Amino acid sequence: MKYVTEYRDAELVRGVIDEIANTVTRDWTLMEICGGQTHAIVRHGIDQLLPDEIELVHGPGCPVCVTPLEQIDRALAIAAKPDVIFCSYGDMLRVPGSVDDLFSIRANGGDVRVIYSPLDAVNIAKENPDKEVVFFAIGFETTAPANVMSVLSAEMMGLKNYSIIVSHVRVPPALHVILGSPHNRVQGFLLAGHVCAVMGYWEYPEIAKQYDIPMAITGFEPLDIVQGILANVKQLEAGRVDIENSYPRAVTFDGNKAAQKAIEKVFRECDRKWRGIGTIPMSGWELRLEYDAFNAEKRFDVGEIKTDESPLCIAGEILQGLKKPNDCSAFGKECTPENPLGATMVSTEGACAAYYKYGRG
Amino acid sequence: MCLGVPGKIIEIDDSKALKMAKVDFGGIVREACLEYVPEAQIGDYTVIHVGFAISILSEEDALASLAALKEIVDLEDELGIGYSGKSADL
Ligand code: SF4
Repeated sequence: MKYVTEYRDAELVRGVIDEIANTVTRDWTLMEICGGQTHAIVRHGIDQLLPDEIELVHGPGCPVCVTPLEQIDRALAIAAKPDVIFCSYGDMLRVPGSVDDLFSIRANGGDVRVIYSPLDAVNIAKENPDKEVVFFAIGFETTAPANVMSVLSAEMMGLKNYSIIVSHVRVPPALHVILGSPHNRVQGFLLAGHVCAVMGYWEYPEIAKQYDIPMAITGFEPLDIVQGILANVKQLEAGRVDIENSYPRAVTFDGNKAAQKAIEKVFRECDRKWRGIGTIPMSGWELRLEYDAFNAEKRFDVGEIKTDESPLCIAGEILQGLKKPNDCSAFGKECTPENPLGATMVSTEGACAAYYKYGRG
Repeated sequence: MCLGVPGKIIEIDDSKALKMAKVDFGGIVREACLEYVPEAQIGDYTVIHVGFAISILSEEDALASLAALKEIVDLEDELGIGYSGKSADL
């Protein structure tokens, strides 16, 4: 068992798609939450192989896409400071702020470094005691355990020159926004497998019940994805509402308790603005007051942030499943990966980037 | 960022403040932190996110769900109800 090849078996995928086609009797709209899944779906052509009755819309699970513009502008202002080493996941580098991006800060002499793990940023802080090392801690529940461990580890090492800009968001509050909208079209969810690997899925039965909507916890390989779709379609056709675990090899009901405990120790829930969507109550995490010393937003005064968002960009509607990338008038015209108007066009988890890369224009 | 690739633990280092491991991703070996999966053993497959193992993959569950899917697909073949309106090119 290698856990990859087995889940790319074309014949088995085809067989499950056949089963979906044999089960479906009417139109259903499903949403995959996670942008990683969006890319897998479009790359493997799963959207095109499914019977016409099934439409997939793409969810908000793209951390880079939903990080609010003012937070990016704030990060850029900090990154441009002379004695700062700014560390970020690679995905963030080309995301347009109001005027700049991290790439152009770097081109203008800023010390911007792409890291693989937040522990790399802690090591950089240790090796550069005369510099301020700032890490842009973005993400959903999946990256939170790593990001909080960087703080705990810096604390353990007694580092005084390490801080993070926190822009963490959580999936369940976003589901309330999507499902509570009068324009909602989503009838079933593929839940993000790795968010659930960390958090478990005890938060979802209540949401499923409240909105009468089936869900399936779904992995990332083609076979995982079609399995999640089949689980949704079977429930919809039978009029059942359940949370099915279609990714049991990685996800348990309780999730990773050790990770949840660490998150709880360092972060507390807060209202958070999502780019293009707006503020969602208690949808984010921020540092607890005890960890204020690691809060880059408090350590660096960057003055007032005035944002300037492209009026053409409809990414907010795309991220809520109300529109698709090719509904955007700027898609492939004013907005391309080389000249992006929104984060959704440059993130490796952005729906616009997936549609552009795999020719769904 | 959320893709998280499965990798095989090939070495565990308990000697530092954080429990670390070497993880093999189909030939590419990287370091990963095991603090959140303290029960991990050499030979286990784990899902790694930004340098942290967040879950150990269960072989038993993996085999069971593959078997269940194969059964659905075989049954379809036997009954001759395969739908092949669109051809998969994966
Ligand atoms: S194509 Fe560009 S402008 Fe249009 S929604 Fe996507 S990111 Fe925004």
